[in-house]
Amino acid sequence: MADKILKKIYVKVWRQNNPSEKGRFETYEVENVSQGSSFLEMIDILNDQLIREGKDPIAFDHDCREGICGMCSMYINGHAHGPDSEITTCQLHMRRFEDGETITVEPWRAGAFPVIKDLIVDRTAFDKIQQAGGYVSVNTGGVPDGNTIPISQVDAEEAIDAAACIGCGACVATCKNSSAMLFVAAKVSQFAKLPQGKVEAKRRAKAMVAKMDELGFGGCTNTGACELACPKNISISHIARLNREYLKAKFSD
Amino acid sequence: MSNIDSKIPEGPLAEKWSRHKAAIRVVSPANKRKLDIIVVGTGLAGASAAASLGELGYNVKAFCYQDSPRRAHSIAAQGGINAAKNYQNDNDSVYRLFYDTIKGGDYRAREANTYRLAEVSPNIIDQCVAQGVPFAREYGGTLANRSFGGVLVSRTFYARGQTGQQLLLGAYSALNRQIDAGSVEMYARHEMLDVVLVDGKARGIIVRDLTNGEIKRFGAHAVVMATGGYGNVFFLSTNAMGSNGSAAWQAYKKGAYFSNPCYVQIHPTCIPVHGSQQSKLTLMSESLRNDGRVWVPKKKEDAERLRKGEISAVDIKDEDRDFYLERRYPSYGNLVPRDVASRAAKERCDAGFGVNAEGKAVFLDFKYAIERLGRETIEKRYGNLFQMYEKITDVDPYTHPMQIYPAIHYAMGGTWVDYNLMTSIPGLYAIGEANFSDHGANRLGASALMQGLADGYFILPYTIGDYLAGEIMVPKIDTNTPEFDEAEKNVTGRLEKLYNIKGDQPVDYFHKKLGHIMWEYVGMSRNEEGLKKAIEEIAELKKEFWSNVRVPGEMNNINPELEKAGRLADFLDIGDLMARDALTRNESCGGHFREESVTEDGEAKRNDEIGCYASAWEFQGEDKEPVMHREELVFENVKLTQRSYK
Ligand SMILES: Cc1cc2nc3c(=O)[nH]c(=O)nc-3n(C[C@H](O)[C@H](O)[C@H](O)COP(=O)(O)OP(=O)(O)OC[C@H]3O[C@@H](n4cnc5c(N)ncnc54)[C@H](O)[C@@H]3O)c2cc1C
Ligand code: SF4
Ligand code: FES
Repeated sequence: MADKILKKIYVKVWRQNNPSEKGRFETYEVENVSQGSSFLEMIDILNDQLIREGKDPIAFDHDCREGICGMCSMYINGHAHGPDSEITTCQLHMRRFEDGETITVEPWRAGAFPVIKDLIVDRTAFDKIQQAGGYVSVNTGGVPDGNTIPISQVDAEEAIDAAACIGCGACVATCKNSSAMLFVAAKVSQFAKLPQGKVEAKRRAKAMVAKMDELGFGGCTNTGACELACPKNISISHIARLNREYLKAKFSD
Repeated sequence: MSNIDSKIPEGPLAEKWSRHKAAIRVVSPANKRKLDIIVVGTGLAGASAAASLGELGYNVKAFCYQDSPRRAHSIAAQGGINAAKNYQNDNDSVYRLFYDTIKGGDYRAREANTYRLAEVSPNIIDQCVAQGVPFAREYGGTLANRSFGGVLVSRTFYARGQTGQQLLLGAYSALNRQIDAGSVEMYARHEMLDVVLVDGKARGIIVRDLTNGEIKRFGAHAVVMATGGYGNVFFLSTNAMGSNGSAAWQAYKKGAYFSNPCYVQIHPTCIPVHGSQQSKLTLMSESLRNDGRVWVPKKKEDAERLRKGEISAVDIKDEDRDFYLERRYPSYGNLVPRDVASRAAKERCDAGFGVNAEGKAVFLDFKYAIERLGRETIEKRYGNLFQMYEKITDVDPYTHPMQIYPAIHYAMGGTWVDYNLMTSIPGLYAIGEANFSDHGANRLGASALMQGLADGYFILPYTIGDYLAGEIMVPKIDTNTPEFDEAEKNVTGRLEKLYNIKGDQPVDYFHKKLGHIMWEYVGMSRNEEGLKKAIEEIAELKKEFWSNVRVPGEMNNINPELEKAGRLADFLDIGDLMARDALTRNESCGGHFREESVTEDGEAKRNDEIGCYASAWEFQGEDKEPVMHREELVFENVKLTQRSYK
């Protein structure tokens, strides 16, 4: 499997030194990138070059590089996580790009995700939404045997479909309203499918939605862009379930 | 004689833990409120510990270097988590899980700890189910299981290929509940850079706020390190890029013993290295070995033609395929433990049967399973793993066998702890992958998740109470003291030093070089000459690093290069200690294969006469030789036999 080499590409990337500074685009040339390299490995090469030239390397978030931690987050050529569907940036490979191409790279843009530096944004708003109720209130110990809570295979599978969300924020970044509905819906939906979280279902839906609004995420207008951008294929049908859960909770007030 | 006290309770193995729990002290709720605990790391071990301690009523401060606790490296675990539930009625039991773990670890783990791990394992599953972790289910609604390498029963619980993610999200949600309740304060994007001792006890930490470079002090009555493993010393590994050994290393420099550093696990089923631009290796879950068959060509000519790209795997007839694991280990076949499978792959590749251009890959073939079960079943079982493989390699594993090769994966060594999970520094604890205690020389699949959660949910919350009961009269820790001043000064001094070298080479240049040395001499097989060479070469590299590294950017801003530089400085020291430890261990066992110690048929040869101990290294000062203490391992319940999976 000898990989082809991209002799030269141009990377046009957003540079912003800190939250208060105004950002700008800079374009850099990168030579000899193997098409078998991942997108982040290409940035590693670029950064190596920048450091050697005495310049500040591009700051970006990443950790697992396996598509599961949800850290790596950038807009590539106008798409969250790049042009391929159902993958994160770290899973994007350079075979997706042509020799001589200019690749535009930007951070997530959403009011609730302020830029910290270059491509790194602050997504703590997501944690705050989860803290508002994205859990089952159960203490450690004193729980029943796992098999005393039977769950149908279909429900378990649907719960996993929802639970697969990696909290990357691509849905928010892609949405024209910067709505966090898909993210919130994924969590609410996971618990709605399981018997464990039922007792506090109403409180959960209301609290999470209220927190989301409070933190400055926009409303959902059912455009569906989030679903297309989601690396984990979280379906907007979960938003419908969230809406049902939320209405149920509202009406029982 | 050793001066090591592992504090293993008296009594029969099966009663040690319950007797111990009954005997240790408990802190009253009113007093818990007055006690502060720092938990560094919020992976499975840290998040479960912080949540459980918060629920109990302690004041907890938790730290992680990622932007959210949900992103800890634990999230990447794919395959599953073991528990002795015997739901399958296949004769599993606490004893059998204990026995498999001890044997799998090549009799280099503590009996008492390992037994306790097996004993609490069923509670973990119950706990996670109650939290809403969506485990795989049978049609009837009961929990599903599969089998994993090194065992003959089905005891592994899983959630597709995302078990780690789902378990971590469970622990993260328990943590969130405590954050919301105010019992846990979470500090994400904060890196611990030192532990502070007052009168010999751990009383706090120094951290760097990674968003702005600010150095901060935190005090507490006890400190828990749940900081994961040091496998990234090899540069290319399956670990997350930020995984590091720094917290453990700083603790070591303050007097915490470092145990069995030479034991690192090589995982047999990773996507092979290609080219020189690679930053990271990707694991393919071991569960694949349930249905995939491992092979290389029988004929060297075929292997050569594969390497040149003249033919592909599907051109080789069944009778020309060497299913070497099934051939060599008929009773376990493709399910032999990781160390055995890894060495067997290396042996075939070294003998000239490797199947990729570099000659460093073997096949993992699903053709037979697809013929037997149909593509749909395979898709359901492993779909996301197959997709991941295809994204990385551009090869469809449904039609062409996967190529796999061993890679560094997990650190069995780590900070030395006693039965209470306390290090040799009073008040400093280590849990999860960061400690050394339960896996011996090799870790069986699906047991790290189990250990992390066992430590965090069910062991530490009890044992730490025993220590804290003696601390209730100690007022809040004042961080304006000479001890904190000095620790902070050291941390800042070191960062400035790194920053001011202003040399020519970026950090990664050194990390790659270190990785080469480690893989070459302290990798899958080791010998005396190589290890001595490694020690020399690391020393040279260390010198070069400290005189020629270039750290760009600013000290007081987000600066990933500065973070990496600090971690690499510690990896250089950890690498050195790994080589020293490997050199003193004159036997082969588990993940440590000494070429001088093999059986006639080429298998690893353990030597219980000289090797039945855990090493515990004590720091003596910069550039001074460390001293090794031995914790003799006593086996009262299992008979030590040469491991066989034939
Ligand atoms: C790809 C992959 C697949 C795996 N699959 C399985 C499997 O199927 N089954 C299984 O049992 N095991 C598996 N493992 C192993 C298992 O995932 C890990 O051993 C386990 O998750 C470690 O958990 P932990 O809580 O100890 O550490 P981690 O999850 O690594 O967490 C470490 C924490 O410490 C923090 N930290 C580290 N250093 C610092 C510092 N200096 N300051 C502040 N915070 C710090 C990090 O931010 C993080 O929160 C797998 C591992 C990998 C790499
Ligand atoms: S819903 Fe999808 S896009 Fe949104 S955070 Fe979750 S994984 Fe990312
Ligand atoms: S780095 Fe973890 S998802 Fe990309």
